[in-house]
Amino acid sequence: MATRQTRTLARFMMAPSVLLLLVWMIVPLAMTLWFSFQNYNLLNPANVSFDGLFNYRFFYTDPAFFQSIWNTLLIVVGVLAITVIGGIALALLLDQPMFGQGIVRILVISPFFVMPPVAALVWKNMIMHPGYGVFADIAKFFGRTPIDWFAQFPLLSIIIIVAWQWLPFATLILLTSLQSLDGEQKEAAEMDGAGFASRFIYLVLPHMARAITVVILIQTIFLLGVYAEILVTTNGGPGYASTNLPFLIYRTALLGYDVGGASAGGVIAVILANIVAFFLMRAVGKNLDR
Amino acid sequence: MARAVTTQRKAITTVFAWAVAFLIFFPILYAIITSFKTEAEAIAGFSLIPSGTLESYKAVEAQNSYFKFFVNSVIISVGSTILALLVAVPAAWSMAFSPTRRTKDILMWMLSTKMMPAVAVLVPMYLIFRDWNLLDTRLGLTVMLMLINLPIVVWMLYTYFREIPGEILEAARMDGASLFNEIVYVLTPIAVPGIASTMLLNIILAWNEAFWTIRLTTTNAAPLTAFIASFSSPQGLFWAKLSAASTLAIAPILIMGWFSQRQLVRGLTFGAVK
Repeated sequence: MATRQTRTLARFMMAPSVLLLLVWMIVPLAMTLWFSFQNYNLLNPANVSFDGLFNYRFFYTDPAFFQSIWNTLLIVVGVLAITVIGGIALALLLDQPMFGQGIVRILVISPFFVMPPVAALVWKNMIMHPGYGVFADIAKFFGRTPIDWFAQFPLLSIIIIVAWQWLPFATLILLTSLQSLDGEQKEAAEMDGAGFASRFIYLVLPHMARAITVVILIQTIFLLGVYAEILVTTNGGPGYASTNLPFLIYRTALLGYDVGGASAGGVIAVILANIVAFFLMRAVGKNLDR
Repeated sequence: MARAVTTQRKAITTVFAWAVAFLIFFPILYAIITSFKTEAEAIAGFSLIPSGTLESYKAVEAQNSYFKFFVNSVIISVGSTILALLVAVPAAWSMAFSPTRRTKDILMWMLSTKMMPAVAVLVPMYLIFRDWNLLDTRLGLTVMLMLINLPIVVWMLYTYFREIPGEILEAARMDGASLFNEIVYVLTPIAVPGIASTMLLNIILAWNEAFWTIRLTTTNAAPLTAFIASFSSPQGLFWAKLSAASTLAIAPILIMGWFSQRQLVRGLTFGAVK
């Protein structure tokens, strides 16, 4: 029984959230868009002028730009591949009966709660360091030359670290989905003589499809913005080998003091994120209708 | 009928699963072990047995005033969470109990603000913070993180509130409960678990946020994320110290995280997977 009074009250209760988010979305985005057309350098703030599309052209012709877009996509795709495949495998494993399931689960999801700078620095110094890291110790044990991960494979190293952070997320969500699968269906399939492979392909995978979609989309949103892991490990280098779009914008803005150029990069980042967001919103929206 | 599982198969699964779990957990474990080593031990090659010294922990506090960063992390993450809850509870409440035709659109729109890449608004936010003297202040960062997590908080609360049956309210009204009594004695007890898990997840997210916390602070308001990130500059091989600082920085959240596994799934998938 929604009376006029309760409806007014409802609007009043929603107003603060809506207004805050409206301001938070519109004001900085409008400023970014505005700056992207300006010649504005923080070192020379008195001399701000309209610049048309110069910033976009400048960003577009910078060879670092395409490399950063490519790196951004490689990070997203690489981490997704590792976490989704690994997540499915881990979810299947954790769903089996075993001793100490609770503890195993806790150990597996732990990396998700480690803040990005800690995760990246622990991997950089204690695992991947060419002199003292665990990988180097293993290589030396087998009489091999240790790999200098961040010099030789900077982007791959970052993908490994980020994948380690997100694997628990994928596992946890896929496991939750797996556990909601009807046990009787599984039994029926087994009775009908379906082997593990066909049960997986025709029963389990379709059941998990939705959860997999959600994992891919949500991770993509976060993976498009990987920042701290790069900052504390390679700092974008060597050269631009591990610079992604967020890192390039950060460099342009706070190291190059180029407000206009960084804003043009920001607009491009928004467009990129929007493409992903479009699909995510549809997937989540469908759930609301149910 | 439960499927019969042979003990042998269960044992094999157990060994395999524990091995995998150990490998995944290993970097964290190794950091914890290294934190109890001396600096010389820390670079002396692979060893899982530390000498058990606490000197790194003492050094982190004595040389870097670790506690200051810890306090900043607590203030910023808890503060931003409480602020977000104050704004979000009424909104989620009204959307769950008196939904209109536009409720779904509003929820989707709120979610879409979360899709905005942080880096796209780095420049304007930096300039606004600079002009309003908010750079390196706990207030500025608290408000910032509140805005970032507000959509998730509204969504999570909404999915919890939506599950409260409206009939309970009607029954209370029939029995002559006033609006005040209805809220205090009927709704609050049902809503508290949902609010608590939302709070827990949001504190975790705010604690680990590592873009704005690093970029908008220098010293005074710097939380643990910024403090740990400062270890990346080449200042010698202080790995035992880094490990001690890291262990202290992740321990509280790790423990909170273990208790909030279920809520995590729900919160981070916006109720799409439960």
